[in-house]
Amino acid sequence: MSERDPAPIVPSSAALEGPAALALLRTMWRIRVFEERVGVLKRADEVYGLIHLSIGGEGVAAAVCTQLRDDDVVYSGHRAHGHAIAKGAPPDRILAELMGRSDGLCHGLGGSMHLVDVEHGLMGATGVVGGNIPLALGSALATRLRGGDAVAVSFFGDGAVQAGHFNESINLATLWGLGVVLVCENNGFAEFTPRSAHTNVERVCDVVAPYGLERETVDGNDVAAVWEAFGRFLEVARRGGGPLLLECLTHRLRGHYEGDPTLYREAISATEWQQRDPILRLARQGAAAGWFSAEDVARAEREARKEIEAAVEFARASPYPAAELPGELVYAGGSRP
Amino acid sequence: MAREMPYIAAIGEAIHLEMARDESVLYFGQNIATTDDDPFLAAFGHDRVRVTPISETAEIGMAVGAALAGYRPVVELYMAEFMLVAMDQVVNEAPRFRYMSGGKVKVPLVLKAGYGFTAGWAGQHTGSIYSMFMGVPGLKVVLPATAADAKGLMATAIRDDNPVCFFHHYLLTLEHGEVPEGEYLVPFGEAAVRRTGKDVTIVAIGWMVDRALAAAERLAADGVDAEVIDPRTLAPLDTATILESVAKTGRLVLVDQATRHGSASAVIAAEVADQGFDSLRAPIKQVTALDATIPYSEPMERFVLPDEDKIVAAVHQVLGSAPVAA
Repeated sequence: MSERDPAPIVPSSAALEGPAALALLRTMWRIRVFEERVGVLKRADEVYGLIHLSIGGEGVAAAVCTQLRDDDVVYSGHRAHGHAIAKGAPPDRILAELMGRSDGLCHGLGGSMHLVDVEHGLMGATGVVGGNIPLALGSALATRLRGGDAVAVSFFGDGAVQAGHFNESINLATLWGLGVVLVCENNGFAEFTPRSAHTNVERVCDVVAPYGLERETVDGNDVAAVWEAFGRFLEVARRGGGPLLLECLTHRLRGHYEGDPTLYREAISATEWQQRDPILRLARQGAAAGWFSAEDVARAEREARKEIEAAVEFARASPYPAAELPGELVYAGGSRP
Repeated sequence: MAREMPYIAAIGEAIHLEMARDESVLYFGQNIATTDDDPFLAAFGHDRVRVTPISETAEIGMAVGAALAGYRPVVELYMAEFMLVAMDQVVNEAPRFRYMSGGKVKVPLVLKAGYGFTAGWAGQHTGSIYSMFMGVPGLKVVLPATAADAKGLMATAIRDDNPVCFFHHYLLTLEHGEVPEGEYLVPFGEAAVRRTGKDVTIVAIGWMVDRALAAAERLAADGVDAEVIDPRTLAPLDTATILESVAKTGRLVLVDQATRHGSASAVIAAEVADQGFDSLRAPIKQVTALDATIPYSEPMERFVLPDEDKIVAAVHQVLGSAPVAA
């Protein structure tokens, strides 16, 4: 962080402990099992289209979204499954969407990259890198005008930071003091190329330094660190502060998309992954701190597997939507050109 | 009661009335409300009337987010070309969100932009680029040609639950016309028959409506009775009214200030060829701008644009009649 850093953020009143830690572990397992299962279903051609998995990044999704209420809105990008699950969207309906079925969250019109679950505050995901960032500003503006303490969160990768969307949004959000928390998942790769091929600025927090917004870079695979940092930011945003930027350094275990041969990078070693895996890390940390028992950890995984298998059966049983559905949904109010 | 007022004032009146009627209507844009006595600012305050930086992507994207949250933003973009800076938001986000969500959300939003300023504004402030948007599913595209329509279409655009591109012609800005007082709505998807006739159908878009009406008067002197149709909205497009007219006249001339291969007239010609071929007694004729960027110098600018002479010549061509010698 540079000399232009703003005053230190108010220290969090809450540090991670037992019940919250276990909830994070459960959420991460649900995402992990979901993503692994989707990978298998994709290879079996049961999942239809373009899929981006977030294995390795579960910690950020869980630590951020489990602290939010249903009336707090989240925007995500092309790698959205984890955010959706952590925000409360039901995995069976997400999976049905990925399989193009009628019971999918969006009745098969959106697919993996465009999940929307208004009821749980997942306002939308976009497939254009950075395209969701200004939308979160609009939600924050709406809260400002309407009153209340709901917060808007935008998730994006480090690849989005070089795009105009991000830079215009940072300027406008700081200029108007909008209550948006920008969560950058910096996994060091923008699609197929390393960050070094995109910019000379290593840390996203340094990119925004001149605007003076509150910001912090944390190890995104250290779930407790993300949880605590985001918790502090959330308190600020709830009180009407913002914008804030949380940069989470993380790792994308799989390729950019399912089927990506990942020739552009070397796979992380199994030993190194053991050290970095956010689930194993929290499990170790929680055991040491006495937050939960070994049985709690095993149960979290077991329950996640059970839930996701049921989701697979639900999605498989769901019929395809009526092929004519598109004609009804192009325009609100139904009138067509 | 109707009274005379300029086209641009009619647009402003519609926005003002809708803002007074509905608190969810917001007004954003660059360089708007620059003084405290601005009528919008005075009436609605800084919360709802917001001057933005030159950041079309952030402005339009923020408006989409506010629309998703239940507001009805009107974004002032000044020049249609400035929308191109933010095509991701205009094309990928605003019109697709409702659809991709399976119909769970809506994006009521107006993108207000001027176009076609062919008065020496050269290559980047003169484009008639509306047809780029009429083919984007989920967007509505409206082009008022009169002051009354400017008011009525803006009011309808603000009340519509979809993103609407409202294109106003810069050369009509100070043109006066009769405009109804108070609430006035012009429905989308209803073309206006500006002049009835039996010999030929002229479909003219935006600024071309007045040129087509002037051409029709000259043609009347030659004994040709032209019907002039103003579609008013390109999406939705009132194809039925055009087809009915062609069924009556058997001949179609399309007049569009856009470049030929980027014109709305090309789309309308295709629809009539597809759905109304049996009615046609002559090939469809298009009078458009040349496929060239608008040049700066006046004689060249005139050369590339459609005008009365070109319309008259095209009508004579579809009628198989030689123009009357001067």
